[in-house]
Amino acid sequence: MSIKNEMNRKEHFRKAVWQSPFHPRTSELNILNEWHRWKDYTTANAFFDEQLEYAAIRNACAVFDLTPMTKHLITGPDALAFLNRLVTRDVAKIKPGKVGYTIWCDDNGQVIDDGTIFHLREGVYRLCSQERQLDWLTRNAFGFDVTIVEDTHDVAGLALQGPTSCAVLKAIGCTGVQNLKPFEIGFYPFAGSELTVSRTGFTGDLGYELWIDPARALDLWDALFDQGKIHGIRPMGTHALEVARIEAGFLAAQVDFHPADQAIMTDRSRSPFELDLGRLVDFSKPCFNGRRALLAEKEKGSRYRFVRLDVEGNKPARSAYIYDKDKNVVGTVTSAEWSPSAKKNIAYASLHMPWGRPDDELWAEIYYQRELKWYKVMARCRVTDQPFWDPPRKRATPAQDF
Amino acid sequence: MTDRNRIVIVGGGHNGLVCAAYLARAGREVTVVEAAAQVGGAAVTREFAPGFRASGCAHLLYQLDRGIAGELKLESHGLRFARRSLKTVALALEGDHLVLDAGKPVAGTLSEADRAGLATYRARMLKFAKVVARQHNRKPPRLGGGRSDLMGAAMLGLDIRMLGREDMREFLRIAGINVFDVLEEIFDSPLLKGALALDAVMGANLGPRSNNSVLSLLHRLSGEAEGNGGPAIPAGGMGAVSEALAASARAAGATIRTGVPVKRITLEADRVSGVELETGEKLSAGTVVSNADPATTLLRLVGARNLETGFVHRIRHFRHKGMAAKLHLALEALPTVARLSQDLAGERLVIAPDLVYLEHAFDAAKYGQTSPEPALEITIPSLHDKSLAPAGKHVLSAVVLYAPYDERANGDGARRELLDRSLAVLDRHAPGLRRQVVASELLLPADIEREFRITGGHWHHGELALDQFMMLRPAPGAAQYQMPIGGLFLCGAGCHPGGGVMGSAGRNAANAVLATERAA
Repeated sequence: MSIKNEMNRKEHFRKAVWQSPFHPRTSELNILNEWHRWKDYTTANAFFDEQLEYAAIRNACAVFDLTPMTKHLITGPDALAFLNRLVTRDVAKIKPGKVGYTIWCDDNGQVIDDGTIFHLREGVYRLCSQERQLDWLTRNAFGFDVTIVEDTHDVAGLALQGPTSCAVLKAIGCTGVQNLKPFEIGFYPFAGSELTVSRTGFTGDLGYELWIDPARALDLWDALFDQGKIHGIRPMGTHALEVARIEAGFLAAQVDFHPADQAIMTDRSRSPFELDLGRLVDFSKPCFNGRRALLAEKEKGSRYRFVRLDVEGNKPARSAYIYDKDKNVVGTVTSAEWSPSAKKNIAYASLHMPWGRPDDELWAEIYYQRELKWYKVMARCRVTDQPFWDPPRKRATPAQDF
Repeated sequence: MTDRNRIVIVGGGHNGLVCAAYLARAGREVTVVEAAAQVGGAAVTREFAPGFRASGCAHLLYQLDRGIAGELKLESHGLRFARRSLKTVALALEGDHLVLDAGKPVAGTLSEADRAGLATYRARMLKFAKVVARQHNRKPPRLGGGRSDLMGAAMLGLDIRMLGREDMREFLRIAGINVFDVLEEIFDSPLLKGALALDAVMGANLGPRSNNSVLSLLHRLSGEAEGNGGPAIPAGGMGAVSEALAASARAAGATIRTGVPVKRITLEADRVSGVELETGEKLSAGTVVSNADPATTLLRLVGARNLETGFVHRIRHFRHKGMAAKLHLALEALPTVARLSQDLAGERLVIAPDLVYLEHAFDAAKYGQTSPEPALEITIPSLHDKSLAPAGKHVLSAVVLYAPYDERANGDGARRELLDRSLAVLDRHAPGLRRQVVASELLLPADIEREFRITGGHWHHGELALDQFMMLRPAPGAAQYQMPIGGLFLCGAGCHPGGGVMGSAGRNAANAVLATERAA
């Protein structure tokens, strides 16, 4: 095995927080000057108005700087075997030019992280993760002929999300991009370099993620904003993305689950089944991390159930306790928002088994403040198996212009 | 098509043979496949020079379980002892040798306080060692397991509690600490302390000041605590124990094949399906029990990619670097130890004149060097067993401390150097010995690794320390002989209760195989 951490040569110790290659543009556009630190990168909370930024995602298109997302290039004769032991799903089914969402577990079948596997070219994979994973990947590499390079800094990434995103890409020269199906990857010549486009995203909408050499990052940004102006392009920060994420049904590490390798108390982590991700577990593979524990869990039953809730009223149920009808605490809300698109008060919750069955009477205890006075409401919650946001344009191929 | 009823045992070391014998006695179809030309693994007698034979690795029998020896009728299968309950002679350069017989001083100068202290110390250590010995034939409890595990843990707790309040406190106080401090608390005589400490550190990656050395000592004393008597020399060397075990296993119906190294353990989906030999021949089996060390079994024969990552990580970091070398000398005559009566020459002679000598010897090894002044445990088995050497000639067999499993202390240069240093130490105590040597052999841990196929060349397949003991041996969750692959078991010293020619791991593993069958 061969492991490289490209961060080392960046002399990261000289600077605690980096700026993304898009920073010259994002800093100019961020008229609110609102930033936070995401994986040691300066990242915008919002640029001008988080609600309008959200509106751009759903009604035009919005750009999000993805560069800080942890990325690894995985190659070598055993790359596939390595990934198949690492993650719970069958990576052989992710054909070249395809992307797959996946999770990976420890030996106890507890989720360490989730992310996406890009099968860029035959045998060349990129693994994107929410958390830093080089240590775990290194540990996994023992016994495999595989090369792992953490190249987070060497790939600049943007998410371009929203109904007009395809039109913008066509306008910057990605000919035929409309024919990419969801989870497909295309390569396009751009500014003397190659632009990698995947029809993926965190918003549950028509949208793409763009990957490019950092030296060409500003060219890409400028092209998008020049050509996108007429298509209503806007920059977006993490706040707007967060609303879209929850509507779309995606989980966030550290929010909806606590990574198993960071959990000190054993009941703090969750298995794939306990995150409603059982569909990503493929027991037909003879060996992957967590298989034995997950088989046992399937037999014995899970401890928790992850549910999507439709909450009465309009007060987001952030971090609310969930009660049964006898006022026993049966779980906690992990993410909650008012969904502007679904016009619903939505939440994800982790409930103790057996709670979360379709007919369970559940209540969220919601606190909110008005002029320094706290109010509490007990809001009735209904478990729903319907996605909160699932427009046909998300899947339609060829993608439409709008 | 997997032959579900067949059991293949990888490796015919003593534990593999014990396991084979018990499984065959239970009516199972058992085949043992051993890579070497003879059975026994590290418990073998081999010719190291024309006409001279010695036990290849372990040379004294401390802990062979009497229950196993009885049940497997080893005596009727040919096991005889050339000598039992050897005395220990701590050699002193100035000639005031200290002789201990079953722990009691029978010759040499000791203060009254030391004599009194020794009696108390000995009684107490044997009492504590009995607690350790009691666990040998039990399946170690799994933490967070079911009712039987809870019972197991309760029994261990009860054994400790039954020591009585004072001894329990003392046991808990010293079980994890170092033998240096314990001995310093009680004794004055440097020679006595050196000899007692040697028992604690032999074969381990420990100096007298290293924590866990008391535990290692209790493990060594566990045979005596069970009433086995002191160290014994089997007639025909250690190989004779293995031969008797093999005869017992064969009599029970087991097939034993030698000279057939295993290439890999084959899997079908998530279960074992048998083994593939180096020759390409495949033996199908529903159960594979491996007598090889954990790293060999899991990382090489099964392969890391067929196991989960956390488990692989633990097995990789199971500490298994050998620290002891084995010295074999062919002597043209019986050596004369200065001022030692000839009738004591056949006892267990130790050269560890004081604690600091041992600690200094260990210091070098910590940093990857062999000891400039090695400590030795010496036997001259040819005094008890004429078959080991031509008439009138003798074999000296010694454990040499320390020789780290480390590339800086490997190869011909290091081997010659340590041989030379060992001879210098021996010659100092037995002047003229060097000239009596007609042939010699020194096995460094790397040689032991190669010859006996033990990763790291560690006698016990891995350090015996609290973090690798009982339910943690070789790794938590895999300490009950069953490995995390269906049908795969370990039965060697890498599992509870560890090394020493004892047989308990083999029998416990056989029980685990049978219990798993019943549960299925």
